[in-house]
Amino acid sequence: MQQANAYIGTPQNRVDGRAKVTGEAKYAAEFDAPDLAYGIVVSGAIAKGRIASIDPSEALAVPGVLQVFTHENRPRTAWFDHKFRDETAPPGSPFRPLYDDKVIYSGQPVALVVAESFELAAHAASLVRVAYETDAHMTDLDLRRSEAYVPPKKRSGVKAPPSPRGDAEGAFAQAPVKVHGEYRVAIEHHNPMEPHASTVVYGEDGSLTIHDKTQGAQNSQSYVSSVFGLSSGQVHVVSPFIGGAFGSGLRPQYQLFLAVMAALELKRSVRVVLTRDQMFTFGYRPLTIQTISLGANPDGTLVSIMHDAIQTTSPFEDYQEVVVNWANLLYHCDNVKLTYKLAQVDTYTPIDMRAPGAAIGVAAIETAMDELAYATGVDPIELRLRNYAEVDEADKKTFTSKELRACYQVGAERFGWAKRNPEPRSMREGRELVGWGMATGVWEAIMQKTAARAVLTRDGKLEVATATTDIGTGTYTILTQIAAETLGLPMAAVTARIGDSSLPKSPVQGGSWTAASSGSAVQKACQSVREQLFKHARQMDDSPLANASIEQVMFADGRIRLMSDPGASVTFAQAMQAGGVDRIEAEEKASPGMLTNMRYSGYSHSAIFAEVRVDEELGIIRVTRIVNAVAAGTILNPKTARSQIIGGVVFGIGMALEEESMLDHDLGRFMNHNLAEYHVPVNADIHHIEVIFVSEHEEKLNPLGIKGVGEIGVVGTAAAIGNAIFHATGKRVREYPITIDKLLG
Amino acid sequence: MNRFSYLRASSVDEAVREAAADPTVRFIAGGTNLIDLMKYNVERPERLIDITRLPLDRIAETDGGGLRIGALVTNDAAAYDPRIKDRYPLLSSAILAGASPQLRNAATTGGNLLQRTRCYYFYDPGTPCNKREPGTGCPAITGRNRIHAILGTSEHCIATHPSDMAVALAALEAMVHVAGPDGERAIPISDFHRLPGDRPEIDTNLRHGEIITAVELPPADFSRHYTYLKLRDRLSYAFALVSVAVALRMEGDAVAEARLALGGVAHKPWRDPEAEALLHGRPATRDRFIAVADHILKDAKGHEDNAFKIDLARRAIVRALSQAAAGTPQSQTDKRIK
Repeated sequence: MQQANAYIGTPQNRVDGRAKVTGEAKYAAEFDAPDLAYGIVVSGAIAKGRIASIDPSEALAVPGVLQVFTHENRPRTAWFDHKFRDETAPPGSPFRPLYDDKVIYSGQPVALVVAESFELAAHAASLVRVAYETDAHMTDLDLRRSEAYVPPKKRSGVKAPPSPRGDAEGAFAQAPVKVHGEYRVAIEHHNPMEPHASTVVYGEDGSLTIHDKTQGAQNSQSYVSSVFGLSSGQVHVVSPFIGGAFGSGLRPQYQLFLAVMAALELKRSVRVVLTRDQMFTFGYRPLTIQTISLGANPDGTLVSIMHDAIQTTSPFEDYQEVVVNWANLLYHCDNVKLTYKLAQVDTYTPIDMRAPGAAIGVAAIETAMDELAYATGVDPIELRLRNYAEVDEADKKTFTSKELRACYQVGAERFGWAKRNPEPRSMREGRELVGWGMATGVWEAIMQKTAARAVLTRDGKLEVATATTDIGTGTYTILTQIAAETLGLPMAAVTARIGDSSLPKSPVQGGSWTAASSGSAVQKACQSVREQLFKHARQMDDSPLANASIEQVMFADGRIRLMSDPGASVTFAQAMQAGGVDRIEAEEKASPGMLTNMRYSGYSHSAIFAEVRVDEELGIIRVTRIVNAVAAGTILNPKTARSQIIGGVVFGIGMALEEESMLDHDLGRFMNHNLAEYHVPVNADIHHIEVIFVSEHEEKLNPLGIKGVGEIGVVGTAAAIGNAIFHATGKRVREYPITIDKLLG
Repeated sequence: MNRFSYLRASSVDEAVREAAADPTVRFIAGGTNLIDLMKYNVERPERLIDITRLPLDRIAETDGGGLRIGALVTNDAAAYDPRIKDRYPLLSSAILAGASPQLRNAATTGGNLLQRTRCYYFYDPGTPCNKREPGTGCPAITGRNRIHAILGTSEHCIATHPSDMAVALAALEAMVHVAGPDGERAIPISDFHRLPGDRPEIDTNLRHGEIITAVELPPADFSRHYTYLKLRDRLSYAFALVSVAVALRMEGDAVAEARLALGGVAHKPWRDPEAEALLHGRPATRDRFIAVADHILKDAKGHEDNAFKIDLARRAIVRALSQAAAGTPQSQTDKRIK
């Protein structure tokens, strides 16, 4: 019998879908306020130097212009660096907009023009005259390579490479089979559909209600409070909907600072929206030069892994991500040496972008593994199975669960891998060469301490709330499912409230941890409501549940029933009436298990298969088929989870073939700063994408067994496509994106 | 964006008269490029003359057996017009290779010819650009130039013209009809756009105050052997790295007449009549095609990022000629290249 209200693990439509397609869902720049003023950012033109003079007089002379804020007239803000640090800040001195006359990167905001209308502000912004004195800048990582350093201060939450094990260099030198290469993935910008925006509503009492494009309402809230010296009660951040972010909303961006500053100074509501080109003036996925050496026996078993990465960061912060730790996590090897260094270039600090570190590190490793497969003549899947890591060798822990073998098997079957002739250039259809490639994906299953509240009212409605956001992932929907199932209510009776700094504490949404973290917190809060409700039900006069324990009852359709006698039941309303309450409220915190984390490593895995067709003469590549088999513990909602993986795969296709932010090193500036010239995949680039969720029993990470699916779809995709291109053409390209020039060159 | 005044013209004469009197004026029709450029502060007209109400939105037969496409006919209407599809399928194909349905619904025939380069530097007022601000220099030459020209460049500018439609019009030897303060005239498409030389700020040979009224297609017999092959960095919605418009008239296995124009490689659609002549009266063979390509590209000059376009253009020319000769034109809906 299908249990009523069994929603976890079932495909459900997005509960916010209707609001989104009807426009009812409001995004940061869509909130209105009485007497709203509009701010336009003036972006700097040079990469390094100082502002010799800034003349706002022409702009100020335009009727309707309220103020031009520059470093010369900005209000005082906090003094210490730590006041500007947010929840996800790397070590260093966070950027301070309009702080002084120094220019430290190209596109840096140098003024904010605020006017009565958007058009006036845009016009006046074009009239602000800025003169610069330039200093020599450097944005070319290749020229800074020799100055690379190990970051002295580690970024919280980012694992440094483990210490070397064995003798990787010696083993490599003596290895019968060697693969050695340099791998790169181009700089990418996140380019969510919704540009960064903040609408700051100025209250009569001077308090601020802020609608910010952010992945963490509380992160923005604490940043604003600490930078501007406001009490937390004076700042309320409400961000119910986010039009994509991919990591770009993890840190408060400069439009938030500027909008708040202007609102406080002008004592009126202000909105600042960045333009698409300004979306290229803050964080990005850093350029990384990766060097990999794999030594193996003739049967493909690895005897040495060396993986070194040099990555860009800014002169003011040491951004860090996990680039080189993945190979040994996937593959058994006794001789391992991994290094990770930074080199400073004169840009803004990089910022996490979907599967930070893994997306590029695994792209390189899985390309190198394909090269090893060809060097040894071992089938790529067989090679990975021969080197399969049964335990986390670096941390000496066992995995909480790992169904990667099943991913290889199920994915290969579905894709038809057995029919593959490994010979490059062996498949052709018309003018096109056909290639099949595969790769592995991996991402850490993370849980963060999160609080949630559940409130049941006598009308049978349940509201669950936590401060986390929904950046398009489906968080509203899965929280609704978990709450409805836990309390035995139809989903329609449940409302999830998120994206609000006043709600129970939640970390920023990112790292694929939101489902596990906020989901566990919501489940716990609902369980607490359940217990209170059950207590009332038992205490009711003549209660049929009087002698039952909570394990002996089930909650379904707004009733508590005796399992042994489903006819014997108490409605929620009856129980609440008996208890004399109109509402039952509970707030609970869910935290990762310390013991579990000490003993186990938790990761999601995938096996991704790609088919490409390449017009050899013209270098045109089409990705005609992708099969991605994912093991990520409990899949709460196969429908929204599938969308997550498809989105990740499309992201990976962009990385494999198209996405590249082009720096002009003479100017120190990103040049293709629009969506016409920064290419992301369009419909014509996307063909068949099949997602398979491999069953994986997970019970250690959290009670629901959630690992998260936000990043895993990206990881490995680029390598699978690159490997398929090699199979099709016999040409190995180690620099992503694989564009026509690289393929023909 | 700057402040501007706005006039809705009710006649061509009025539009010309008003424009002639004001050096900062711009005509606006579909606005698909001009509005973007104004938002970026690249174009800062003090006055816009809206020409969308002018009676220039018809496609009509000409006495000579050709077609006259009004300047305000949208790209969409032109591409799907049965007469154009039937008699000038090359034009239809080229239009459909560009932009998106939404843009083609708004963009007009005249505006398409007048769209400006997509050079990164031209679009970014934070950088120097001889085309945007004469005399400031051309950072593209030593900077990022993946999408830049390999033919007809100058030391002042290496920008390309972005239109697909214009490339087909060049192959079809269209005439651009204009009206201006000095009356009407017709400009052969090959003389309409210009090379950058030392005045890269000037894209075309239109004189101030002149307005495009129509594009005339002479009678042609290229509806069987043609193709528009566009190569780009993604399979749709990207400007051409290289595009090739080919129109052939075949007699048996031999080429009686050949027209070939390249897009994405120069400041204007690129024709080379000498190279085309290499095909005349000759059998359509791959070797011939290679000879044509080599001739067209003999003076091509690449820069750091775009040198690959020389080889790519060679390959594209050969493929496009093969497609046209075989009567198997490139589909613009199925992105698989034939």
